[in-house]
Amino acid sequence: MRLKFEKRAEPSRFMLYATPVGAVLLTMLVGAIIFTAIGYNGFGAVYQVFIAPLALSYKWGDIAVKASPLILIGVGLAVGNRAAIWNIGAEGQYIVGALAGTGIGILTKDMHGPWILPLMLVAGMVGGAAWGAVPALLRNRFNVNEVLSSLMLTYVAVHLMNQLVTGPWKDPMGFSFPQTALITADQMLPILVPGTYVHLGIVITLIIAVALWFLMSRSLMGFQVRVVGSAPSAARHGGFSQKQTVWLVFLLSGALAGLAGIFEVTGPFQQMSLGFPQNYGFTAIIVAFLGRLNPLGVILAGIVLAITYVGGDLAQSVLQLPNASKGIFQALMLFFLLASDILIRYRVRLVGAPAPAAVPARSPAE
Amino acid sequence: MSVDFLIAVLITVVGASTPILFAGLGELVTEKSGVLNLGVEGMMLVGAVAGFATVDLTGNPWLAVVVAAAAGALVSMVFAVLTLSLSANQVATGLALTIFGTGLSTLMGKSFTGHGIKAFTTIFPDWLANDRIGKVLFSYSPLVYFSFIMVGLVWWFLNRTRAGLILRAVGENDLSAHSIGYSVTGVRYAAVAFGGAMAGIGGAAFPLVLTPLWAEGLTGGRGWIAIALVVFAGWKPGRLLAGAYFFGLLGTLELYAKASGTVFTALLPSEGWAALPYLATIVALAIISASKAGGGNAPACLGKPFIPST
Repeated sequence: MRLKFEKRAEPSRFMLYATPVGAVLLTMLVGAIIFTAIGYNGFGAVYQVFIAPLALSYKWGDIAVKASPLILIGVGLAVGNRAAIWNIGAEGQYIVGALAGTGIGILTKDMHGPWILPLMLVAGMVGGAAWGAVPALLRNRFNVNEVLSSLMLTYVAVHLMNQLVTGPWKDPMGFSFPQTALITADQMLPILVPGTYVHLGIVITLIIAVALWFLMSRSLMGFQVRVVGSAPSAARHGGFSQKQTVWLVFLLSGALAGLAGIFEVTGPFQQMSLGFPQNYGFTAIIVAFLGRLNPLGVILAGIVLAITYVGGDLAQSVLQLPNASKGIFQALMLFFLLASDILIRYRVRLVGAPAPAAVPARSPAE
Repeated sequence: MSVDFLIAVLITVVGASTPILFAGLGELVTEKSGVLNLGVEGMMLVGAVAGFATVDLTGNPWLAVVVAAAAGALVSMVFAVLTLSLSANQVATGLALTIFGTGLSTLMGKSFTGHGIKAFTTIFPDWLANDRIGKVLFSYSPLVYFSFIMVGLVWWFLNRTRAGLILRAVGENDLSAHSIGYSVTGVRYAAVAFGGAMAGIGGAAFPLVLTPLWAEGLTGGRGWIAIALVVFAGWKPGRLLAGAYFFGLLGTLELYAKASGTVFTALLPSEGWAALPYLATIVALAIISASKAGGGNAPACLGKPFIPST
């Protein structure tokens, strides 16, 4: 008896949408088994990480706040991955965007006016796009693999941030903590739901995601990106420039990552500190895939991953589960999703044997 | 600067280069078979925690190397099953492996925080390393000598053995290799496993050679530098050795900049020194990728899934 893959006449739309759901469910099941095996309360961990944040309505605001950067970065990466252009350095673009916006914030700290916050947001986008422009330039000019260059730049961004917040940008009144001064009232994103951190940036994120969905599915730009990714030679014949697409992808995803960064500064963080990077840039890669590279799917996937962020904190306080556990859940999710991709194009058949023997139910571990 | 100081620097450089060299050699063989595994950082971290745990429990660093290699190879099999048997995207799967390895090592390493371990002692008798020349030649951890042996072995395997020829053929033209009867998938499984084992040993070299303490994410991006190094080396083991030592030297400058201060920080702030290996990697990649010697050397099937038409 063995598994046989039969190619489908055309990709299965059912599997395209069913596999992400299956991947999340499998992650919960296998995650519970793994954590039980290494000596934790596995089912309790899964409950805290995936269910508890939804069951506790006062955590919904937190989910929205954490979903916002994941969605914003994730939709940008989804565009890139469609074109088979790999921006792995969104974390760096997120940090540099936050730094650029914070720089404007420091310059305008004694000023007033409604122009200050928009200027900071624009600076965030420009900073992120500029950091993203480097791998694009290197790829187009020198043929440098963008995976490696964008990732290396993330480490450079972290050191740049460390230098600034421990040095010239350190809050003079901050008892020498490595952090910038708190932003002023004119620099804060409006809070939409009193008593939570739910800020205007979340709404902007959703508008951008829907706009990108429209662009990707209805415009020539979206068509160009998809053709460059799926049929490079056809793209060449059709007059779509590969280099132009590289620029488009990196400037767009860099700007969105930078915007996410400055949203965090002007929203929940209100300053920059050594603890500012939250790995959103890396987690957003999972979000993009789990959302099937479709901006609307990315919104849902962003919410799922945000739940694991909130749930990871809950599991830490309730079960003393180390915070690193959420990384394992997140990676498992991506593993299962990638493993199930084959089901979209292939049908799985068991051949050479009668009906498979029933798998014995797993006895609960001690 | 005294000679003794330079010798001390040299010894630090050798220590800092060894993990990158191991991981880079493994990735080189993997890539030669046509597979791009971006999970090196994750496999290194899994190897590091497995190696650390073994020394902590048994006190035997030799066993730790074996366990680290096994752990690296084991976790690389997740990547192999996904990309080779299920044709999953190699870039995405490699990233997932890195995220997984980072999480797993942090989780498993939690209980070792603050533990000191007994690292390798030198294998040569002490009197050999008494004078300066002896010190330069004989005072390293056995893993260092092992890494040099592996450079030679990998070169010999790839260029002088039939199995190495088959591996290169699979990486250059998978369809031809398949049509004359070689198992493309089988060869690639073996190459990924070797890459995992070497990354595991490279990761274990951090606690066993560099600092005998557990620290979260102790590889600090060296796995990514190892991948860049393979490109930098044009897929040649000898050039990989030179590259590993170049990046080892850059990494060492950071340590000295942090420790001795003023001389270095007058030139560049200490965070600048810390960022230097990554910046240098980007510059090196630009130079090598733009020249014909670099870009053209990549195995032709690198990163492409192999799907036999049957």
